[in-house]
Amino acid sequence: MMNVLEVKDLGINFGGLRAVDHFNLTIEQGELYGLIGPNGAGKTTVFNMLTGVYAPSDGQIMLQGKTLNNLSCHKIAQLGIARTFQNIRLFKDLSVIDNVKIGLHERYNYSLVSSLLKTKKYFLMEQQMEKEALDLLEVFRLHTYAHIKACNLPYGKQRELEIARALATHPKLLLLDEPAAGMNPQETEELMEVIKNVRKKFNISILLIEHDMKLVMGICEKITVLNYGSVLLCGTPDEVVNDPRVIKAYLGD
Amino acid sequence: MKVMEKYKEMAFWPKMFINFILILAIFLLITVLSNVGIISNYYQGIMLSICINVILVVSLNITTGFLGQLTLGHAGFMAVGAYSGAFLSKNLMGTLPDPLIFLLAIIVGGVVAMAFGVIVGVPTLRLKGDYLAIITLAFGEVIKNILLNLNIVGGASGYIGIPRYTNFLWAYWLAVITVVLSIALINSRHGRAIVSIREDEIASEASGIDTKKFKILAFVFAAFFAGVAGCLYAHYMGILEPKTFKFDKSIEILVMVVLGGMGNIKGSIISAIVLTVLPQLLVSVSGYRMLLYALALIIMMLFKYDPTLVKLINNIKNRFKKVRG
Ligand SMILES: Nc1ncnc2c1ncn2[C@@H]1O[C@H](COP(=O)(O)OP(=O)(O)OP(=O)(O)O)[C@@H](O)[C@H]1O
Ligand SMILES: [Mg+2]
Repeated sequence: MMNVLEVKDLGINFGGLRAVDHFNLTIEQGELYGLIGPNGAGKTTVFNMLTGVYAPSDGQIMLQGKTLNNLSCHKIAQLGIARTFQNIRLFKDLSVIDNVKIGLHERYNYSLVSSLLKTKKYFLMEQQMEKEALDLLEVFRLHTYAHIKACNLPYGKQRELEIARALATHPKLLLLDEPAAGMNPQETEELMEVIKNVRKKFNISILLIEHDMKLVMGICEKITVLNYGSVLLCGTPDEVVNDPRVIKAYLGD
Repeated sequence: MKVMEKYKEMAFWPKMFINFILILAIFLLITVLSNVGIISNYYQGIMLSICINVILVVSLNITTGFLGQLTLGHAGFMAVGAYSGAFLSKNLMGTLPDPLIFLLAIIVGGVVAMAFGVIVGVPTLRLKGDYLAIITLAFGEVIKNILLNLNIVGGASGYIGIPRYTNFLWAYWLAVITVVLSIALINSRHGRAIVSIREDEIASEASGIDTKKFKILAFVFAAFFAGVAGCLYAHYMGILEPKTFKFDKSIEILVMVVLGGMGNIKGSIISAIVLTVLPQLLVSVSGYRMLLYALALIIMMLFKYDPTLVKLINNIKNRFKKVRG
């Protein structure tokens, strides 16, 4: 099977702090992969390197064989890595549907002239965008909220809207940073179903960071455990839960 | 009420047609009233100023309100457009038909201002907030000082003998074009990209938007129309003085943007009209104009960020809605 993502010996320094060190990761096509580890282990930092927010100090990132190092964030997004954020980053004052349309921006690329002169192409593409955006929202049962402001959505729905916006870019790999954070058990349960459906429906690979072990163990096929910026272990959920090193990392000595 | 609802449900082009008829009607009305002398020369002048200010305010709102970047050099772009347009028409005068020269001057004024927009924008737009404000402020002052010492356009004593091509026809329709194009920009994928930068730059990049490109687009779009407004101004006055384009002018435009509402084009038009007419009516307090502007700005900021005041405003708004509904 083809590898979607290959990360080799990734590392980053913040001044004197080595936040991530010799990080390796391989994600296969269609895989649902978990990245776990105690607070401050460097999980979000890995996401930030994968998406170009931080430039890695060393190592290599390859998406379907293409090197991503030193590309800007939007270029990486266009090449097929989409993400959500640990602290929700929606376009708060815009409508729910406009949030998704911004994700669609790059694929409906009518020109500035079309925008200003309102050509046929403008209307045609806007119409298609509207439809695709609504379809995407429907996956998350958000379509009834399409025209309210994003900040007026309930918290759990905001997290889902962020996923919808990320999917709008047609990613090959979707990164979810603690998607269940702040959700109640029932919402988390629903989210697990949604994530599974999304993977199947959009035929993508997913890498997710999560502290909710039930969620991670329930849906991930493979897990990498990060501790103090280094990979502690990498394996199936069963291998991970039963490893004494993991328990030690979480609970301390 | 019913008429408004019907209008809202209409398809795009029929709606635009009705808008056009209304805009044309207003134009014809003002033109006829001016020709028969009901609107005096004095008020015609005010109306011209309104049109120029509408262009300035709406275009600045694109960068400040929609892109969300505080820029304090709009008068600088206006100056660049004014002087370059005036230079062209003064040198072409008599060689071509007047309207053609004026059209060329307006395009050149806009394009030169746009070029300056690129020169200032490309290196500075990676800066954020205060830094960008300071750089654009400096740009405006630098332009003014260069013009003061540029003898080819009159230097400190002013640039005189500019053909007075500007009339209500030109000013009105250029203002209309500015507003129409600004609204068209905002309601497109390009406009959404610009607004997304204001909302959250990191999320915007993560959604695949080339934020640098769209910052430049917004900046250059605004600069172009500032240049056009400057050109109209130059050919209205017939004389240009560098001190017209002081920092005060940038602030004056910014105040109009803030009072009309950041990211609100309708508001910009209304505030450009009100704040052009008001100082004329209150000539006695005109010495305190800058003071009043500063006060207005402070009050606006308080209203925007003070929760109790925001609540008060919302209550009043709701009451109005109830009364109307
Ligand atoms: N921009 C930065 N500058 C300096 N240090 C940073 C920066 N970003 C992250 N760090 C440091 O890197 C380490 C890893 O942080 P990171 O946010 O990746 O942890 P995490 O695994 O996502 O933790 P959590 O579970 O709390 O989200 C922390 O010590 C953090 O302080
Ligand atoms: Mg984190």
